[in-house]
Amino acid sequence: MAVTDTGQTKVRAKRPSRLFKNMAAKIAAIPMIFTALVVFVGCTLWTIYHSFTRSRLLPAPDKWVGLDNYERLWGENRWLISIENLAIYGLCSLVLSLTIGFVLAALLDRKIRFENTIRTIILYPFALSFVVTGLAWQWILNPELGLQNTVRNIGWESFTFDPLNNADIVIYGVLIAGIWQGSGFVMVLLLAGMRGIDEDVWKASRVEGIPAWKTYIFIVIPMMRPVFVTALVIISAGIIKVYDLVVAQTSGGPGIASEVPAKYVIEKMFQAQNLGLGFAASTMMLLSVLVVLIPWAYLEFGGKKNG
Amino acid sequence: MKLTTKLLAATAMVAASSVSAVELEVTHWWTSGGEAAAVSEFAKAFDATEHTWLDGAIAGSGGTARPIIISRILGGDPMHATQLNHGRQAEELVEAGLMLDLTDVAEAGGWADVVNPSRLLDGCTLDGKIYCVPVNIHSPQWLWLSHDAFEKAGVDVPADWFAFVEAAPALRDADVIPLAMGQQAWQTSLAFGAIMVAVGGTELYIDVLTNKNAEAAASEDMTKVFQAYADARSLSDGSNVQDWNQATNLVITGMAGGQIHGDWAQGEFQVAGQVAGEDYTCLPGLGVNEIIATGGDAFYFPKQDDPEIEAAQKELAALMISPEVQVAFNLKKGSLPIRGDVDLSAANDCMKKGLEILAAGNVLPDGVNAYSADTAGQLEDLMVEFWNDTSITVEDAQARYVGIIESAD
Repeated sequence: MAVTDTGQTKVRAKRPSRLFKNMAAKIAAIPMIFTALVVFVGCTLWTIYHSFTRSRLLPAPDKWVGLDNYERLWGENRWLISIENLAIYGLCSLVLSLTIGFVLAALLDRKIRFENTIRTIILYPFALSFVVTGLAWQWILNPELGLQNTVRNIGWESFTFDPLNNADIVIYGVLIAGIWQGSGFVMVLLLAGMRGIDEDVWKASRVEGIPAWKTYIFIVIPMMRPVFVTALVIISAGIIKVYDLVVAQTSGGPGIASEVPAKYVIEKMFQAQNLGLGFAASTMMLLSVLVVLIPWAYLEFGGKKNG
Repeated sequence: MKLTTKLLAATAMVAASSVSAVELEVTHWWTSGGEAAAVSEFAKAFDATEHTWLDGAIAGSGGTARPIIISRILGGDPMHATQLNHGRQAEELVEAGLMLDLTDVAEAGGWADVVNPSRLLDGCTLDGKIYCVPVNIHSPQWLWLSHDAFEKAGVDVPADWFAFVEAAPALRDADVIPLAMGQQAWQTSLAFGAIMVAVGGTELYIDVLTNKNAEAAASEDMTKVFQAYADARSLSDGSNVQDWNQATNLVITGMAGGQIHGDWAQGEFQVAGQVAGEDYTCLPGLGVNEIIATGGDAFYFPKQDDPEIEAAQKELAALMISPEVQVAFNLKKGSLPIRGDVDLSAANDCMKKGLEILAAGNVLPDGVNAYSADTAGQLEDLMVEFWNDTSITVEDAQARYVGIIESAD
């Protein structure tokens, strides 16, 4: 910090305007800034505005209906189930993929043999798209073809595991596929973070006689905070937009038991030809992200400036 | 010398025809075997003129294709002609002035006189102008029964829905699923419509669909419909298939007793080599009311700037409704023709049943014509939820149904 500060003052002394510093970099960033402002911010505002209109197949900016779309949205069972599913899926997948990812990373970090091979095997599911993952797990969880049948053939006749046809637990069937696909990536991220920790820390803890698991929990994890934040952001983004996995695996069924918000938005906008309602739903999704993001950003970035 | 003249003449002819001949891109979602054969009848007939048919088939069902078609039209890259279901789906596109007005073609061809039932043409009409060509009639209210399954159970093949429900326990005892049902939302919604006609009667059906009468939707007759629907739900226990043709396959193989599905299911029976009356039975209106709703497909012609293309579009529109093309197309498609003055003696038994009902004028409006896509979507959500969640009572479901009909448009 101190070094850059003095650097900046020197530059300021030579060149009065900071605007022209790193001109090339700033010019290069213009398209991205433009895209961010027009495409992301602009279109978000456009969407929010139209969520208050009675837009059907075509956007109708002049048919203002106030909060009608939101009232209907929160009165619809399908939306409520979607939200509930997203909460279950999100919470479980966040906790489980971080835990599983960390445990796998810690095991690989113990300098085992064939690390590269094992790492590749565990990361492999991440190379598959959600559509392939969903279909594969649809077959694995199919009671006549997959897991249940295999276990029964081995001899456990009464074994029953049929989550995809049971409305109460179908979302956990989706969750299994999601974690299978995603935890390898979390593992690689965390493993990279662990490799970045100074060897001397380990030497010191060994000298002190601290057991390895304690070192991980009390020393390594706090030191890996930035990596965890990165992993958290990537996982959360994946959770909010989960769509293809559900479409491929259950198409929202049985009934509407495994619907998710993103699927609701797409179907209302393009199949039910009700843009207004779809926009309202996507605005609610944005809002839910902001509710989580703003306090976090405040703590993360606001805190640093003060401290 | 002679050769040169010939060559010159040939070049002149090619040049002459290339002035008026245009290529029309036509999008549709008819990709299964029978459907593709049917659409190629259109293509053949159109290629026989000086124009060319450029096939733009979109894989996946209407649910996948419709958003693609609509976004192309809205995005300023319209195809020259496209399949859509007539009725409410294209309403806003027509209102926005994106579709070609076919009124002059319709008047020249006397569509108002030949199209039967005339309601089909109403679905294409907005403010007195005609914007689409209906090409076929599909009706959803059919019960398909497997003779094998009833033989296994040792009971006669039922003649209507009520006899079917009575025979169901015998089917269960014989280890046959009484009612096959694909789990997709539109299929459960279709079954509800069929049961509504059979149990609730046609007056109730028309009152709810056409008049959007919420009181009728709350009536006791409607409660009976929901009760029958709930009973049908328990009959389908064990039928865990997704797609409609998988469900039809359960009936074909005798693993299920019956299926409530549209007349397009008979294509599957045909492909499996089964004969109507011997291997399977079809009951229009579930055997209770010999009546069918007339949904179907239509072609729309997005507006173009080029007058030559416009002329070709109108030519294609006239061609699609012409008697020869109607017969060739509908025999392959397994659907009913939209004009009453053509000869379909080559049709099979089930199609003939449909033709008789049509000739007698026992027709109802279809959900596609009556509801907006939005309302239809809400109904589908309710029906598929009710079908899969036995904790929802008949009363709750009906109350929600009334709510949807109240706000329906």
